[in-house]
Amino acid sequence: MYISVSDRNGGKKDAHPAVSDPAARRRAFRLSPVILWLGIVSMFTDVSSESVSAVLPLYITGFLGLSAIAFGILDGINQGASAIVRIAAGWAADRSGHPKRIALAGYGLSMVARVGFLFAGGFWALTAIVTGDRIGKGIRTAPRDALITVSAQPEYLARHFGVHRMLDNIGAAGGPLLAFFILMLIPNGYSTLFVVSLAFAVIGVAALALLVPNLKTGTPAGPAPGRRPGQVFVFRWSLLKEPGLGRLLLAAGLLGLLTVGDGFIYLVLQDRDSFAVQWFPLLYVGTNVIFLILAIPLGRLADRWGKAKVFVAGHVALLLCYLLAAAPLGGFGATLACLVLLGAFYAATDGVLAALASQLTPPEKLATGIGAAQTVVALSRMAASAGFGVLWFTLGPSTAMVVVGGCLAVAVPAALLILRAGMRQRHEA
Amino acid sequence: MSPVSGRKHWIILLVITVVVLAGAGSYAAIAFQRFQDSRSAASAVSVASGRALPAAPFVLFRNTAPGQGYGMAGTVPLEEPAGQRLLASEACDRVYGTSRNVVCLKTNRGLVTNFEAVLLNREWQPNSRWALPGMPSRTRMSADGSLVSTTVFVTGHSYGASGFSTETSISRTDGGAGTGNLEAFALIVNGAHVTAADRNIWGVTFVLGDADVFYATAASSGRIWLVKGSISAKTLTAIHDGVECPSVSPDGTRVAYKMNIGTPVAAHWKIAILDLASGNETVLAEARSIDDQIEWLDDGILLYGVPRDGAEGDSDIWQIRADPSARASLFIEHAWSPSVVR
Repeated sequence: MYISVSDRNGGKKDAHPAVSDPAARRRAFRLSPVILWLGIVSMFTDVSSESVSAVLPLYITGFLGLSAIAFGILDGINQGASAIVRIAAGWAADRSGHPKRIALAGYGLSMVARVGFLFAGGFWALTAIVTGDRIGKGIRTAPRDALITVSAQPEYLARHFGVHRMLDNIGAAGGPLLAFFILMLIPNGYSTLFVVSLAFAVIGVAALALLVPNLKTGTPAGPAPGRRPGQVFVFRWSLLKEPGLGRLLLAAGLLGLLTVGDGFIYLVLQDRDSFAVQWFPLLYVGTNVIFLILAIPLGRLADRWGKAKVFVAGHVALLLCYLLAAAPLGGFGATLACLVLLGAFYAATDGVLAALASQLTPPEKLATGIGAAQTVVALSRMAASAGFGVLWFTLGPSTAMVVVGGCLAVAVPAALLILRAGMRQRHEA
Repeated sequence: MSPVSGRKHWIILLVITVVVLAGAGSYAAIAFQRFQDSRSAASAVSVASGRALPAAPFVLFRNTAPGQGYGMAGTVPLEEPAGQRLLASEACDRVYGTSRNVVCLKTNRGLVTNFEAVLLNREWQPNSRWALPGMPSRTRMSADGSLVSTTVFVTGHSYGASGFSTETSISRTDGGAGTGNLEAFALIVNGAHVTAADRNIWGVTFVLGDADVFYATAASSGRIWLVKGSISAKTLTAIHDGVECPSVSPDGTRVAYKMNIGTPVAAHWKIAILDLASGNETVLAEARSIDDQIEWLDDGILLYGVPRDGAEGDSDIWQIRADPSARASLFIEHAWSPSVVR
């Protein structure tokens, strides 16, 4: 069993021995301070990045007067770059055995990009900055999730990820509100916003550098024997041929291909309902609020009921969201129900996927495994959004939603079967 | 981490947090104070409050002069563009009108920033309003005041979302059913329907005396066309390449527009004029890149807005003769979104 990845903080076993039920003779949940701090780092960083993201379109077109369509093209390239560096950063984290250093590099790069916002004028400068920010995000994610894994009690892994994702999403929901608050007070106050955003990024990086210990992952034996110089940057796909992990990647990729971007769901909601048009900016914030509320409960459920089951069930919530969006309903209730389902989908899949990947990966490949799962999901979702754009125009928004929903209804049991077989393999291995 | 170094790290983090937040806070406070001062200062130009639209002919625009009245819709007499401005109490990002009514596209800033179109009568009283699905970009009204077109940028809310696209629709000011999103119209290029997913429509211009026909820009797969639209037939028919943000001349014979001579990513827009009968294109000598929908002052002179260098949120309206050798000159300082009402 690889589940015993590490137990650095489990020294105080049975600190609350009052549990009398023998079936529940597990250690009590103890939140690792490392995870709390990683959550706070993510919260500050997300306030920093989401505050800028929320107003970037306004800034670029309304304020700088740059071509909006060009930005859309480069946006796609940035997303691709971010997805690919994830797996590379995970691999680098495993190679060094010190994920914190890699995570710090990622957070640091995003922080430096924020400095650039203060001086950027032209389109290319802005593109470089946004790309730097996205690559920083790509770099930090897998090593950070590896740190969470090695700091968490293994039997409460998903719940610990839930705590982290909750804090993370407090930042993601608060950032846009902060941005709109600043622009409400100072209508052209973009430079003020960039300064405030930088301040939050600096605090996040400082908290990571100063308070998160430089935990080691993987085998303590140092570099693998037989490593030849010059082979340092050779990535071996065999790393990913872990029993179970390959099946997780397959299932996650399959489901990812049927996960269209939130932007499309928001557009469908707007299409039928002037309420959603009026409150468009709140749709994004609302989804994040639901995500943060449900992150811990669904993490606990994943620990008890099974991470794979919760991960797949999250896609059932997504399926219901599609159907509800496609249904000829309107008004506040239907829109809110869609947001709840979408938030539940993220809460059931985001942290749980990282927990699942780390459970299925041996310790010396931990960050690579997590990064691989996240890369697969990111790339398959990008493909899904591109494909859905075509469906949208050929079939119309509602029909397109129903078609994707129908495919998802087939993919969900298929993914469950794939993952079950993976779990069985894992236990035999 | 030993307890001693742990405490030291805590103190360092505390100091960094306090210093950084104090720095950002004071920057914000100074910026806010400066903004308050600039908004309560007397306007940089001569202004008075206007209770109603003046007698035609006049120019309607967005006042961008620093000081009181910034961002408000205003008017000047056509013969005296540099004269005193009559400002309404309605702030608009884009404005267009006739002698009877005005359409104003606005950003409602708040914790939830949203966008709307407001239809005002000649006393500046709102008759109707509707939510817009994105940032205001262009608006036009037919000369009889019966049709309003709006173009907005629909955006995702993080750079992870679906990127940019435009949403353009035509509404009826009498409350009748409008066109909905013009992307749903059939786009016909060389007799064939274009069904590609990435169709975008923007920059509608109406034709004087014809309630069914309009012109607009359509784009798909990196190509851009001037299209002639029919509201009743729900069609957009491509009639020329490379035309963005068309504007039909008052006599209906020509279309002024912006033409990208740069790349799609790093655009440089020249002003050009298309003769609809002959298909001849005339490119004007204006050297700056112009990102605006041209407005005709009369059959011989064009108006357009240009952002002011080094002045955030300020711009000027320039004029140029519809002649390849003509040079641009200032028409109205500190103004944006011109609409000539005859």
